Amino acid sequence: MLLVIVDTIATLSGLGITAAVVLYFVAQKFKVYEDPRIDEVEEALPAANCGGCGFAGCRNFAESCVKSESFEGLYCPVGGNEVMTNVARILGREAITQDPQVAVLLCNGTCENRPKTSHYDGASTCAITSSVYGGDTGCQFGCLGHGDCVEVCDFDALHMDPVTGLPVVDDSKCTACGACVKACPKNLFELRKRAKNDRKIYVACKNQDKGGIAKKSCSVACIGCSKCFKVCPFEAITMADNLAYIDADKCRLCRKCVTECPTNAIIEIGFPPRKIKTEETAQANPDKTENKSDNNY
Amino acid sequence: MGGVHPPENKLSTKSNITELPVPKAVIIPLGQHLGVPAKPLVNKGDDVKVGQLIAASEGFVSANIHSSVSGKVLKIDKALDSSGYTRDAIFINVEGDEWEDSIDRSPEIKKEISLSGAEITKKLAEAGIVGLGGATFPSHVKASVPKGKKAEYLIINGVECEPYLTADHMIMLEKPEELLVGIEIIKKALGVSAAIIGIENNKPDAIEKLSDIAGSYSGTTIQALKVQYPQGGEKQLIQAILKREVPSGGLPIDIGAVVFNVGTVYAIYEAIQKNKPLFERVVTVTGKSISKPSNFKVRLGTQVSELIEAAGGLPEDTGKIINGGPMMGKSLASTEIPVVKGSSGILIIKDEESKRKEIKPCIRCSKCVSVCPMGLEPFLLGVLGEKSMFARLEEEKVMDCIECGSCSFTCPSGRPLLDFIRFGKSNVGRIIRSRKQS
Repeated sequence: MLLVIVDTIATLSGLGITAAVVLYFVAQKFKVYEDPRIDEVEEALPAANCGGCGFAGCRNFAESCVKSESFEGLYCPVGGNEVMTNVARILGREAITQDPQVAVLLCNGTCENRPKTSHYDGASTCAITSSVYGGDTGCQFGCLGHGDCVEVCDFDALHMDPVTGLPVVDDSKCTACGACVKACPKNLFELRKRAKNDRKIYVACKNQDKGGIAKKSCSVACIGCSKCFKVCPFEAITMADNLAYIDADKCRLCRKCVTECPTNAIIEIGFPPRKIKTEETAQANPDKTENKSDNNY
Repeated sequence: MGGVHPPENKLSTKSNITELPVPKAVIIPLGQHLGVPAKPLVNKGDDVKVGQLIAASEGFVSANIHSSVSGKVLKIDKALDSSGYTRDAIFINVEGDEWEDSIDRSPEIKKEISLSGAEITKKLAEAGIVGLGGATFPSHVKASVPKGKKAEYLIINGVECEPYLTADHMIMLEKPEELLVGIEIIKKALGVSAAIIGIENNKPDAIEKLSDIAGSYSGTTIQALKVQYPQGGEKQLIQAILKREVPSGGLPIDIGAVVFNVGTVYAIYEAIQKNKPLFERVVTVTGKSISKPSNFKVRLGTQVSELIEAAGGLPEDTGKIINGGPMMGKSLASTEIPVVKGSSGILIIKDEESKRKEIKPCIRCSKCVSVCPMGLEPFLLGVLGEKSMFARLEEEKVMDCIECGSCSFTCPSGRPLLDFIRFGKSNVGRIIRSRKQS
């Protein structure tokens, strides 16, 4: 009995040792050299595998970083400058920095602002709906509200607001990976520069129709009147396709355009409430009030 | 192969084709045909006559567009199309009804064909004729047989298998002689001697009428077909008549057949013999709730709301207005859209009938597979479309789908299969086009 046990152990150990020796030499012979820095870089990345950088996951991005000579076209939006500095340190290169960004929905066509004109009871995704028809309101450019963007967001930063029927971006969670930008068939998301305290001013409309038609379908549509364009002191606003666009890089968040907009298409978020201008004071010293409001910024 | 039998509901077979009064204004879209949109030739403020060329075709697969009214060009601007998107269109305000002098407006039938085959094809292109069955494929492209191929049979599509629609039926009843002359014209252009008119058995009056006079036109025969949807599909009709199958990704000409719809044949007759370009067509306005289901001869660019008004007005309990028939048509988001070359009917559906069934999971009953006239697997294409798996969709031959809607019609789980497939098709088509370009 003892002999059987000893035999078994000896045979198996012998097999194991032989296999180990063979495997060792095979491994030496067919060894694939992998830059150890790839692992290091991967370690430094956020491991979200979101694809926001344009590569298939963090590993792929790490490989590309190590292989390429410079960081051109390589940026991890989720990790931001901090992660990119770490990556640069590992690779011994100059770090590149980008302004942090956040996704913004360029549509304010809530159920109230944009009445429904029809109803589609087929497949409930934005992509399919938009391939079938222009949308259930008079505006063919606006949000369809089926939440394809919510579906693709890996960071839980997008939610549908049941009252407005529009997706809402949670600025604290948004990493600007751009998944929603790609998912929206109406191209309603834009990655904009993050300002201090997450303050934002943007034209929440993509309706390229002429003013009258746009206004008819949505009460807060940009009608392309150019009033904001004229009032902007920093030349941050451009006009194209019956739409105003505020360049986040040039915008100094003065809020002049917001008050000028006749349809409230320009949205301001994250600002302290304005000082209430009563009609009396405004009439009494119009210059003064205007100056005052200027000084606020 | 496959097919379904939806209720026919041909309500407007008793109403003759009546001419709708010229509207006050028309909107003529530049892209009314398959292929590249036409390029406008007129400017704001120009005076146009009925039948005047106002937009020229851009390239081979494209079509000329003519004014359907006389008046002043108001503007060239974006206008809503039937799917709720805006496209470029020419807006014309109507003043009087002055026709181009070259158009022969006499009612007599001209049988002699003076033009040669090549001249006919050229004239088809000039007159902007496209397939009026719905696909709006430019007719001059169809009439030019590519090198190395030979047309053996001309097949005339008088099937009109879509429920409710009667426009083609009415043309066969009211213009049989013109149709047969039109067939002679196409025969000459294609260089074929045999033509077969396929008509379903549910139109015995049309079969009788055409059979009576077809005797004097040698080579033209009538074939009665059993009633089945979608037999009016080009490939299905060829299979029913010639027992030949068009190969996947191929065209009917690959197996020696060319198919024209009766509406197109009538338009071809008018273009060649009467010098009249395509600027009006027969449109069925129908529905169970509408008071006067009718067949109207309509100037292109007339708004759908005017057609509905002429048919007795929009009923209160309307749930859906469909552009086309109930199987393949798409519902309209607005009635402020113009009638175009491809509009075969306007169908009003009552509210209670307009709702789709609740969407439930696929139960793998394979009904859709057995009804698919193209031998595809709609349940699979549907899922792949839903999941945006376009490479796999292409492998599964999604581009062969003729969008007949038999699968959605038969699905016991109420799955919007055709919506999924159309989404997949449009994306796969885009991918194929970009691959060809690069």
